[in-house]
Amino acid sequence: MFGKLTWAAIPWDQPIPLFAGAFVVVAALAVLLWIGVKGYFPYLWNEWITSVDHKRIGVMYVLLGLVMLLRGFVDAVMMRTQQAVAYQAPGYLPPHHYDQIFSAHGTIMIFFAAMPIVIGLMNFVVPLQLGARDVAFPTLNSTGFWLTASGALLVNISLVVGEFAQTGWLPYPPLSELPYSPGVGVDYYLWALLISGVGTLMTGINFVTTILKIRAPGMSYMRMSMFCWTALASNMLIVAAFPILTATLIMIVLDRYLGFHFFTNDGGGNMAMFVNLIWAWGHPEVYILVLPAFGVFSEVISTFSGKPLFGYRSMVIATLGICIISFVVWLHHFFTMGAGGDVNAVFGIATSIIAVVTGVKIYNWLFTMYGGRIRYNTPMLWSLGFLVTFVVGGMTGVLLAVPPADFALHNSLFVIAHFHNVIIGGVLFAAFAGVTFWFPKAFGFRLHEGWGVAVFWFTTIGFYVTFFPLYVAGLLGMTRRLQHFDVAAWRPWVLIASAGVAISALGMICQIVQLVVSIRRRAELLDPTGDPWNGRSLEWATASPPPVFNFAFLPQVNDQEPYWAIKQRAIETQHLAAVGEYLPIEMPRNSATGFLTSFFATLTGFGLIWHIWWMVIAGLVAAYAGFVWFAWRDEDEYEIPASEVQRLDGERRRAREEWLAREGNLGGVA
Amino acid sequence: MTATAILTPSEGAALAIHGAPGHGEGGPASKFVVVSYGFWIFLLSDIVMFAGFFAAHAVLQNAIDGGPAGSALFHRNTVALETACLLLSSFACGLSWAGASARRMAWTQSALFVTGLLGAGFLALEAREFAEMIGAGAGPQRSAFLSSFFALVGCHGAHVSVGLLWLATMMAQLRIKGFRAQIQRRLLCFNLFWHMLDIVWVAIFTLVYLLGGAR
Repeated sequence: MFGKLTWAAIPWDQPIPLFAGAFVVVAALAVLLWIGVKGYFPYLWNEWITSVDHKRIGVMYVLLGLVMLLRGFVDAVMMRTQQAVAYQAPGYLPPHHYDQIFSAHGTIMIFFAAMPIVIGLMNFVVPLQLGARDVAFPTLNSTGFWLTASGALLVNISLVVGEFAQTGWLPYPPLSELPYSPGVGVDYYLWALLISGVGTLMTGINFVTTILKIRAPGMSYMRMSMFCWTALASNMLIVAAFPILTATLIMIVLDRYLGFHFFTNDGGGNMAMFVNLIWAWGHPEVYILVLPAFGVFSEVISTFSGKPLFGYRSMVIATLGICIISFVVWLHHFFTMGAGGDVNAVFGIATSIIAVVTGVKIYNWLFTMYGGRIRYNTPMLWSLGFLVTFVVGGMTGVLLAVPPADFALHNSLFVIAHFHNVIIGGVLFAAFAGVTFWFPKAFGFRLHEGWGVAVFWFTTIGFYVTFFPLYVAGLLGMTRRLQHFDVAAWRPWVLIASAGVAISALGMICQIVQLVVSIRRRAELLDPTGDPWNGRSLEWATASPPPVFNFAFLPQVNDQEPYWAIKQRAIETQHLAAVGEYLPIEMPRNSATGFLTSFFATLTGFGLIWHIWWMVIAGLVAAYAGFVWFAWRDEDEYEIPASEVQRLDGERRRAREEWLAREGNLGGVA
Repeated sequence: MTATAILTPSEGAALAIHGAPGHGEGGPASKFVVVSYGFWIFLLSDIVMFAGFFAAHAVLQNAIDGGPAGSALFHRNTVALETACLLLSSFACGLSWAGASARRMAWTQSALFVTGLLGAGFLALEAREFAEMIGAGAGPQRSAFLSSFFALVGCHGAHVSVGLLWLATMMAQLRIKGFRAQIQRRLLCFNLFWHMLDIVWVAIFTLVYLLGGAR
């Protein structure tokens, strides 16, 4: 009836996952109860869960990413504290549990924290910057989000029902094959990633189409904002790379479930092929994350320096250059595998070339700031922190790109320090910069500045204190993923790193405080104009939060910085641009398709993990039925009457007229 | 319009109806263009997934682990028949699009029916081929070569099966709802999908059966 699932799957004898799981379940039930008592379920269902509005979906993506970031961070704290007490001692985490924690940490941080935050920012911002009403396929967008959430749910279920993979965040065979990982841990990993991978692919298809096909009139390629360019590059990489991940994971699934021999020890299987395939996806994945991060910094640095982005064209070329070169460097993840000196040299040189292209970007950002009147708001602080931190991380990356050096450093903590240096310094800092930058656009009020500054300093200092000692420990020969160790020379560095994680934890706490304080004081942080930072691109041309249709009139773009040009004109003429007659606007209807499909995908995934075959079949049939139900509907759009459009746009225009009366008299924008 | 300005409503409405190529000038492309373009992107991603299985087959094609090689397993006649079924099915599919463009219900439905029939014939032949191989002890568990063979050809077969389910659903929908713009777009997407499966099959035919049969 329930396949491999029995009561023994729940770790009664391990208090840590048991209590953590119980806490999560109780907290979730409490939230649901609160929502029920307050009567918020209809609101939640109509306005969020079934919403196909790219802005709502973007916010939900970011929220999912932030919650998962917290979960991944708890894993990190446990790893650091375990190593702090595990010098010539067993520590408090048995190896079976410790191995699950580092695997879950990597999986969650990449797939369910970084990816959702980055995709969420793209979702929220890209259609606004393009001057579009929505993305190309709104319901597909909702389905993509819920499939990602489904994968995240499966990973978190593994905390209390069964176990997670103990193979690291990439399940290298033969360890991940059935003889060596007979439990359900690897299966949780595989199905969670296959399901969420489909969601990510949907996002990629959607955004490539959106950016290439539904821009505002006049928005030629060379007038697109830098964030849109990086989003385009990132989504092209998703379309080209994620299918490789899907194919590779299907191969392991076939090995584990049906006795195939893709990567097994016997039958002629080839483990080196797995490593090649997974990194042919894995290296582009790094750039899927970091390219939009570069886009965020381009927007933030240009806005807070009060200048157009320096070297826009070279920035576009560099972005697309990285996009292409990122596909020909994957072998640097396994120089030690023995492909030979010639092959290693080719990939080492290709890797170094990426550093050149990235260097172009760094100089462009520096020259954007040069001569500008820089405002040091929180998003700008993150950008400056990024510039310093990322350059250091990039340097260590160039060091690792040299095959002989890599032979000495492979699998050491030096590598761990390097990629945290670029992912935290690049992607995470961009996530925080982006969230602070666009938060007022999403909610109509700014985040509290003082707490934002506190988050920045705790997180940045915490990062340096945690990871720089790991560079040293790596150079001293300490390898990654050690449950305990016996070398005295490593100990001081491990202890400093643990102290660093405590500082980072203060940053996390400040993050939550910042959110609570900002919501409580939203009246004084209110932004009535829709343009709190004196922005330059089109998202600032509409109200905060934007109406569901984004723009009452599709903007006509004649400039690389469209909204800046509109503002300059308004100040020159002392008038806002005239409006014509308001017309009704057609928008896509809400749909439960995404939520239902993902609900059944979760059931199917759970059934596959535990070999509950009736559940698999029921889930698939129900998913198909849901799909047909969606395909059968007659009305997929509804009309917003002209009077409503006029009312919403009128409010924004009144606020902008007040702004003009204030700022226009100064003869320029302060 | 010289400087940056807001589009007048009449211009905006004209765009909403007629659409534009989406190349920047003229604003968003029409829904027809957007849907088929998006589907092309999906097909590209699907081809990348097939490329993964092709790569695995290329790596593992000689890893027969003492078991049978392609020359002992592949029957050229069956494969030729399968190919004929699939190519004719694709031709029928093209006819259905011509029928849909002319809005002729009987023509479209019968062409779609023939498409599905030939697709099912292809699947039946493939299922028989698989069953024979497994019965002869040459299943996917036998060697890495056979694993990669069954995965690659089976992945194509799974696509054809899903395509048939899609086809049946769409025929029912077309019958009940008639030639709506939305259904026309779906018929176009199905055509693209079906032809893509042909292209993949041509690669399988050449790389797996012809070259592999000589090994």
